[in-house]
Amino acid sequence: MSAGRARLRCCQASGCRSVGSMALRSALESARDRLGLTAEEVAIEPVGCLRLCSRAPLLAVDRADGTEDLFGGVPLELAAELVQEAGRAASEGPTHPLSAHPLAAHRVDPAHPFFALQTPVVLEQCGRINPESIEAARAAGTYAQFRRCLQERTPAEVREQIRRSGLRGRGGAGYPTGLKWDTVALQPPGPRFVVCNADEGDPGAFMDRSVLEGDPHRLLEGLAIAAFAVGADKGYVYVRAEYPLAIERVRQAIRQARQAGLLGEAIAGTSFSLSLEVRVGAGAYVCGEETALLHSIQGERGTPRTRPPYPAQSGLWGAPTLINNVETLAAVPAILREGGDWYAAMGTPGSRGTKVFALSGAVANSGLVEVPMGTTLRTVVETMGCVPDGGTIKAVQTGGPSGGCIPAALLDTPVDYESLLALGSMMGSGGLVVMGETTSMPGVAQHFMRFSVSESCGKCVPCRAGTVQLLLLLDRFASHQATPADLERLEQLCQMVKCTSLCGLGQAAPNPVLSTLRHFRQEYEAACREPRTCVPAAHGEVPVP
Amino acid sequence: MDTAARISRIVRCHRGRADALIEVLHQVQDLHGHLPRSALLQVARELHLPLSRVQGVATFYHLFRLAPPTAHRCAVCLGTACYVKGAADLARELETRLGVRLDAPEGDGTWALQAVSCLGACGQAPVLLVDGEMVPRLEVDAPSRLGWQLDQAGLPAAAGGVP
Repeated sequence: MSAGRARLRCCQASGCRSVGSMALRSALESARDRLGLTAEEVAIEPVGCLRLCSRAPLLAVDRADGTEDLFGGVPLELAAELVQEAGRAASEGPTHPLSAHPLAAHRVDPAHPFFALQTPVVLEQCGRINPESIEAARAAGTYAQFRRCLQERTPAEVREQIRRSGLRGRGGAGYPTGLKWDTVALQPPGPRFVVCNADEGDPGAFMDRSVLEGDPHRLLEGLAIAAFAVGADKGYVYVRAEYPLAIERVRQAIRQARQAGLLGEAIAGTSFSLSLEVRVGAGAYVCGEETALLHSIQGERGTPRTRPPYPAQSGLWGAPTLINNVETLAAVPAILREGGDWYAAMGTPGSRGTKVFALSGAVANSGLVEVPMGTTLRTVVETMGCVPDGGTIKAVQTGGPSGGCIPAALLDTPVDYESLLALGSMMGSGGLVVMGETTSMPGVAQHFMRFSVSESCGKCVPCRAGTVQLLLLLDRFASHQATPADLERLEQLCQMVKCTSLCGLGQAAPNPVLSTLRHFRQEYEAACREPRTCVPAAHGEVPVP
Repeated sequence: MDTAARISRIVRCHRGRADALIEVLHQVQDLHGHLPRSALLQVARELHLPLSRVQGVATFYHLFRLAPPTAHRCAVCLGTACYVKGAADLARELETRLGVRLDAPEGDGTWALQAVSCLGACGQAPVLLVDGEMVPRLEVDAPSRLGWQLDQAGLPAAAGGVP
């Protein structure tokens, strides 16, 4: 962007849209017209997520010295002031003193730890570029790595970089991405598919949505590189129907990429061809499970099947199929640009790189954060999220309905795959919901169990019937009707459902109960009809299914 | 063009491919607001699929409706972030206000109230959707403010004379 041209970036992600960012953008445009300024002088651009959702609608103003100012919750009446401020910002380098200015109350400090501690890799262009413009994406370097792969690298070299990066699946399970790519690539010759899992169903998770809405071309580049690396010529992006804006943006991005010759036949004069298609879900959480997702892409009921064979060996229509989550694929272009070793230098030995979290619940600053793996929960929740004055937190829920609650006493846990598993929770897709002192833990377990009951696909009995029985037991705790025997039964049934369910949804469904039982057992005991009788009966026992 | 011809056109747009079934059902539902049996029969015939397969898919996914929807719909988000911020209380308040039961598809004939599990607007929690429009940052702890917010969202109070 040339110096001197003022630029206002308006967040147009779903969160900001729900609090009127579209109206704000039109108000800014009419204010600009009234001030007699043109789009050449003051550019007003729609961008993806600007991170701090709790202050939505958000706006960023670019300064001549390359820094930015952020404003949150600006009322429509102040649109003209914002346009003028953008003009000033583009000509004057240092921040204009705003103390008595009407905009002062809406200024968001970009030096706050919420922003300062972030390490954007996946989100490096999210909020900076217009997601509806392939020109903007290409000017920021998107597709350069894809072209470089096509022209200068072999698929094996690309896979080597991904292996070196130590990238692991960001959908939750954390399977090493390089290994998965190798497995698909090394299958016997024949057709292959690539699939992007954008069925982000975990309640409290909106990382993937932000990438889909804010930087769709980066995802397509990652998917195209993956297709090149494993030798696929057909790919699908499976997006949940609850994300209409994300669907629209990805479809538009695919159209634009096709027109630009970045998708289609013989891309960039090479023999590599790739066609991509969006498939829209229809409201089934279980479709985030990879085998269920494949059935859904084939137009069938989204029920999982036993593995092996893994999709890498036998996936869509029996062909080897690579399935990666949105965030995993969106990390690929930066890894290839900077090298696998660069990525591996971030994070911890077992969990390399960065992770995007959706922080929400009982914190002042909710929104998106991207931090190196191994950052402690305390840093993310207390330093970045900020607990409101006088409030204390009880627990942090990670991993959605498959994860668990980590008590406040363990906030110094580093966030990586192994540490969270060791506490009976899991990384999951990256939702972090902070719970205050008043939240009842058996109530949270009941809440998630209700979710699992409603989302169980019904194929296997332990999940279909077991979750219903677990919910009935949890209802007894919620209504203070439980007995010590119920507590014992609850634990046994959890183990049974965990060990015998067919897919990850059922196997993980008891996790919210088990983790709250482990860390907040006293609340279950207090919820018994006669609390005193619970204590000796069940303590220290580990029921075997 | 009549409905049957439109459905045929949708199927042709997908080149009659069986794997496009979910996409076809989405578009047919957009035509009718739901999936009537006649439409399911036609889709099955034209995609060369057994009716059981089409019916199986239509009943599996939450977003497909086999009965006509009510004129107005309110969806309350019960995702984790909304739950932590009092969405369960909000759902009860809405049941009282609209005089309908949560997740009863027929509602009161005009309004129906359903639960959804996350709308991805966790930063604005708790939220709900009124006829597809999102209503953010509901003040569950302040009854009079909440009442005003629900009024503004166009949700009738049960005593307010829903036909």
